[in-house]
Amino acid sequence: MDELLMRPALDAAVRAGAEYADIRRVGRVTESIGVRQGAVRSISSSSEQGFGVRVLAGGAWGFAASSRLDPDEVQRVARQAVGIARASAQVMDRKVTLAPVEPVTDTYRTPVRVDPFAVKMEDKVSMLLEADRLVSAQRKPWRVATRLIGEAYLNWSRENKRFLSTEGADIQQELVECGGGVAATAGTLREIQRRSYPNAHRGHYATAGWEFVESLRLADAAPRIGREALALLGARRCPSGRTALILDSTQMALQIHESCGHPIELDRVFGSEASFAGTSFLTPDKRGAFRYGSEAVNITADATMPGGLGTFGYDDEGVPAQRTEIIREGVFLNYLTSRDTAPLVGDEASSGAARATGPDRIPIVRMTNVNLEPGDWTLDAMIRDTQDGILMETNLSWSIDDRRLNFQFAAEAGWEIKDGSLGAMLKNPNYTGITPEFWGACDAVGDKSEWRLWGTPNCGKGQPSQVAHVGHGASPARFRDVRVGVGR
Amino acid sequence: MIGREGATAILRKAIDFSDAEQTQAVLIGGESALTRLAENVIHQNVAESDARLTVKAVFGRKIGTASGNDLSDEGVRRTAARACEIARINREDRRFVSLPAPTGDAYPQVRCFSERTAAFGAAKRAAAAGIFAAEARSAGFRAAGSLGVQAGEIAIANSLGVLAYSPHTRVEASTVVMSGAGAGYAGDSAVDVDDISFAEMARTAVQKCRDSLNAAALPPGDYEVVLEPEAVGAMLLFAIRVGFHHVLYRQGGSYLSRKLGRRVLGDNVTIWDDGTDPRGLPMPFDFEGTPKRKLMLFENGVFRNMVYDSYTAGEAGAKTTGHSIPYADFGAMPMNVFVQPGGASIQDMIKSTERGILVTRFHYTNLVRPGKVVITGMTRDGTFLIEGGKVKGPVMNMRFTQSVLEALRCVEMVGSEPRRLGMANVPAMKIGKFSFTGATEY
Repeated sequence: MDELLMRPALDAAVRAGAEYADIRRVGRVTESIGVRQGAVRSISSSSEQGFGVRVLAGGAWGFAASSRLDPDEVQRVARQAVGIARASAQVMDRKVTLAPVEPVTDTYRTPVRVDPFAVKMEDKVSMLLEADRLVSAQRKPWRVATRLIGEAYLNWSRENKRFLSTEGADIQQELVECGGGVAATAGTLREIQRRSYPNAHRGHYATAGWEFVESLRLADAAPRIGREALALLGARRCPSGRTALILDSTQMALQIHESCGHPIELDRVFGSEASFAGTSFLTPDKRGAFRYGSEAVNITADATMPGGLGTFGYDDEGVPAQRTEIIREGVFLNYLTSRDTAPLVGDEASSGAARATGPDRIPIVRMTNVNLEPGDWTLDAMIRDTQDGILMETNLSWSIDDRRLNFQFAAEAGWEIKDGSLGAMLKNPNYTGITPEFWGACDAVGDKSEWRLWGTPNCGKGQPSQVAHVGHGASPARFRDVRVGVGR
Repeated sequence: MIGREGATAILRKAIDFSDAEQTQAVLIGGESALTRLAENVIHQNVAESDARLTVKAVFGRKIGTASGNDLSDEGVRRTAARACEIARINREDRRFVSLPAPTGDAYPQVRCFSERTAAFGAAKRAAAAGIFAAEARSAGFRAAGSLGVQAGEIAIANSLGVLAYSPHTRVEASTVVMSGAGAGYAGDSAVDVDDISFAEMARTAVQKCRDSLNAAALPPGDYEVVLEPEAVGAMLLFAIRVGFHHVLYRQGGSYLSRKLGRRVLGDNVTIWDDGTDPRGLPMPFDFEGTPKRKLMLFENGVFRNMVYDSYTAGEAGAKTTGHSIPYADFGAMPMNVFVQPGGASIQDMIKSTERGILVTRFHYTNLVRPGKVVITGMTRDGTFLIEGGKVKGPVMNMRFTQSVLEALRCVEMVGSEPRRLGMANVPAMKIGKFSFTGATEY
């Protein structure tokens, strides 16, 4: 099938005048289960097929995609892409330059021990219903209107894609993802509190087989999050003021994502998202000199790390996965780039971060696995070393300005820290800061024993919308003199 | 576009291939294209053609859903079979009653489709983007923006006799004009591309950018605000999503829980949903094929009606109101929201303000606490200080943390000129007290 469709598409694009063309053919199956309050709320299966043709003609980009896999359609779509490129060239100030890449013929597959599609649906449902039951089974305080509701989720997918370019690349990849989570919602007529495990926003995900889901042990954590959700109803509100703040590794993943991962996307720096998601404060003059954080802050982008949602063999321009130093000892060094953005800052090669969320979407600069490298603290030592502070766990909400400077994030739960010990639980914790000031106040980063590679399956960017799956490795970290308890 | 006949044939095949007791088939597809602008040049220009079939199969009270975009006979058969397979292994859902039967009402005649929009191709989109770029360049500024065009179709059928088809077109345009020290925004949406003036949008954004130059810092605190329609719309979205969220509503966690017939918003706030009104982006039926009609949500601040699809209606012992949406596990939702205009212009609001802030729009708003619908977000693309009834000058972007309910309970003036914002139609508002909790240096 590919031979009948893909190479003829490239030929058609060249005949129509393309200087460069590539085609991605993608097939994907995604299945999910959601349970709530002892009942299965949804089981769904979604399959997708299609291809996208991207061309440079007259020095400008054009892209067209279709879900109809037939020879006539690929010819039409290839010609359409060239027509679109010619229209783009009407409003252009310079021709697109592509950083070179060695065209390869290669295959990559996510290492999988147990195929998630081979596990019986009934077993998956039972696993979730048990986790949900264990949440709801927690004893409620004597209060008629108090309710405790469990929820649990699983998602798994397989994506097969092939990439061909007029430069000679021919790359086939199979990416398998799965994961899930469990959540507890406790409420009265006056308020709602929530706890989630292993992470908020439907759990934790990885490029891996079913063995990853089993390692999450959702049912083991369900009673604890049920108890904590109920306890939050009776907890004190997070105080307002400035204090030392320790974030757990899940909240650190969100902190990295919003205040580092997005600002280092080079397309944002050059305004590609200016009318939608915004730009970035990390302008090219800051590269190599700007103090982004304290010396404890070392951040990398690593698409080669096993298991991450940002792990692959090649990006969607055929550039091999790689590890890039982003911040070393607090100094900003490198961006996430694509073939067309890398030359804008004088880079000889793309950092391999051009990703598309489907056959019908053009590759844009996305995070891979953007990680805060481990430090040398345990969480216990960090707490013992804190006289007065707050520990916040698990993201609840997030907002950041259009240059990625002024942020305000809320967590599900907090605990006060007094004289080196954890104290009372705190409800509605949140904090705010300015990105480089906040990272500049980081004085402790957790060690390898605390470090986890979190999967973030809901990163929105681009028009038309692309919801990407990215990874963030993080351990807990401490920040001095942070404003907490905002907007009570 | 597949067309009415082709789409109906695919739906019938899906229902025929299913051996479930009840089957629903939904086909959503079409062509869409989008041109993006940055730094006065087109940097992204895309088009796609797709159609997706979703089959819901029901055995007793066991439900399964599958979807796919392979519309060959084999692809349709596979999707229907997978939906049935999932339904068979699923557990009983005691809340489920039935898929909707035909209501007997004719679908309202609404103008959803424009040939001019469907024919607005890459060259025309580039020309429109060029208008944004030229206006900005002539002022010494830089334009970003997007122009999206969609010609789509929705077809719905179920084994109880529902059959509905509607083509539609949409145009969504926006531009952000930037200088080193200011930014301005303009946006519009329509069924017919001729209802949008790209030149006027470009002038508005450039003027906003010019007005935003040399912004001063303003300390956070409580201020009176004049919110332009985009800012009101962003706030209203959360009031709707939280209030009408079925799980929250049933569990008592929505501010509308147990409040039917009671005042929840200010008495000068009236909001309804109407999928048939051409001033929005209309469609004649919801995603179960139930006809759309006008439904009052808040009348002078009083909560009048909850919205339902067939599932949530069955759960609540009510009738569907035609508010099914195409997302599983979310419940029904108002999708064509109208806020009743008042009699004030934005200038009237400014004149009546001794000291306050004029906000063009918000950025990255998110829910902090659902109970009182507390949200946080930033201002962007034109924020101004009002003093003594006049706009004194631009101010740097500010962060707010504010209960939407409290804001909608102290609305002092409602604008006379609502603006179409996607699926909503919203006027400006002057609000007596609004809490800004942080600032930026730009």
